[in-house]
Amino acid sequence: MVKRLFSRFYVGLILLFLYAPIFILIILSFNKSKSRSKWGGFTLDWYHSLFQDSDIMSALYTTLILALLSAVIATIIGTAAALAINSMKKTPRTILLGITNIPMLNADIVTGISLMLIFVALNYTLGFTSVLLAHITFNIPYVILSVMPKLRQLNSHTFEAAQDLGATPAYAFYKVILPDIFPGVLSGFFLAFTMSLDDFVITYFTKGPQINTLSTKIYSEVRKGIKPEIYALSTLMFVTVLILLIFVNRRNTEKNAPLIK
Amino acid sequence: MKRKINFVNIKWLSFPYLLWMAGFIIIPLIMIFFYGLSSEKGNLTIENIKLILDPVNRKALVLSLLLSVISTIICLILAYPLALILNRTKLKSNSFILLIIILPMWMNFLLRTIAWQNILERTGVLNGMLKLLHLPTLNIINTPGAIILGMVYNFLPFMILPIYNVLIKIDQDVVNAARDLGANSLQTFGKIILPLSMPGVLSGITMVFVPSLTTFVISTILGGSKIVLIGNVIEQQFLKLGNWHTGSGLSLVLMIFILFSMAVLSKYDKGSEGDNLW
Repeated sequence: MVKRLFSRFYVGLILLFLYAPIFILIILSFNKSKSRSKWGGFTLDWYHSLFQDSDIMSALYTTLILALLSAVIATIIGTAAALAINSMKKTPRTILLGITNIPMLNADIVTGISLMLIFVALNYTLGFTSVLLAHITFNIPYVILSVMPKLRQLNSHTFEAAQDLGATPAYAFYKVILPDIFPGVLSGFFLAFTMSLDDFVITYFTKGPQINTLSTKIYSEVRKGIKPEIYALSTLMFVTVLILLIFVNRRNTEKNAPLIK
Repeated sequence: MKRKINFVNIKWLSFPYLLWMAGFIIIPLIMIFFYGLSSEKGNLTIENIKLILDPVNRKALVLSLLLSVISTIICLILAYPLALILNRTKLKSNSFILLIIILPMWMNFLLRTIAWQNILERTGVLNGMLKLLHLPTLNIINTPGAIILGMVYNFLPFMILPIYNVLIKIDQDVVNAARDLGANSLQTFGKIILPLSMPGVLSGITMVFVPSLTTFVISTILGGSKIVLIGNVIEQQFLKLGNWHTGSGLSLVLMIFILFSMAVLSKYDKGSEGDNLW
């Protein structure tokens, strides 16, 4: 009993630690005072002015488009690669998976710098497309690592059976393999989307002066003070994701297949 | 015959990926070597790497190593019991637990770190509470302690998840067998659970140690301008001073430390067979 009580207490403490800053940010989004350190009364003003702030809105737009595009492209390239890697012999497979691990295990700062160097060396102007290319690069491994376990569970005979029954490889893939690996593809996509949304370091080095994502915008404001509208925006985003995840989670528990492995 | 043709087809699917990884991972890394090992005139040199011995840079590297080792240890101490408890709650709605741990990551990590500024400041939330309780106030912000806290906070989920993912895969029969053979809880833990969970622990250590070692954001936000980590030095070399050769040279030193830590860890990591623990 004591042990159980202690366990609950411990989990509670860790959750408090993980969520304390989020509560602070949510509270700040309702704070009338522009200063971070004093409470000036309750207001919804920042939620109104947020939508008038073209700087923040364009950063949000860039961030979302970037996350969506990079996740879609990474999912296509990554899924194709996973299919290929899965059919390879041990040695090439190990080498390719090793390469996949590089951007995941390497430091963000090194990945960011190395991409910046290659873009500059190619005389490629830093801007939206350079950031997009960078995001696709670090997203592909997440897709591959999400799809691979599903492929390993796959029964390879069904694919052959479909072809023996006259299906073209493409049709057999669409009808037989894709439905089986789809949960992996989907979780790879969401993982990629999240990683892109949350990335700061690699974007920071590859973005050039013209564009800003939410992360780089926030960073540029650290010294002079964050606009309260940003707190409002991130509260909205957090609540949206929370509702979305609860919804997905509930649907998944019904189907008994967790989205996040 | 048919199958063979098909096999060839499937392997071709890796072509875009190979091209991509060559262009955006391998060649860029070679670029770092190229810049790091050459001078501005283009001569081959190791001067850039030697700059790590410069007192300022050396101090930054040593401090980074120290803070990231401490953070990794704290993360491990906090995460392991939590993973054990989560594993024991026979809730088994796996995705729900992961959801709760991952959810904070959906709020921008810069903002969450800035929120810690609020909590730790001299007139911040924490000191406000301490004052209410008539306890002496703390002065944490802009100290190495604040940076450690920021690292532990940001990277703790990366320690919890791999350990938890290994623990739930441990066959309960093995644990029961140990008990039947007369092992007590402590012995079961030491002889069965701990060794079997090592791949998760090692993966967690890398996932926390590498980003802690190389961060420049956490130190900028929570450490003030006086505390300089090796990440800050490299960032400044590239973006403030425009000194790419020095920056690349120092990055190479950083990569040596990353590779070294991975080599050490993978030596102890047997049999995880490249399964992703994430």
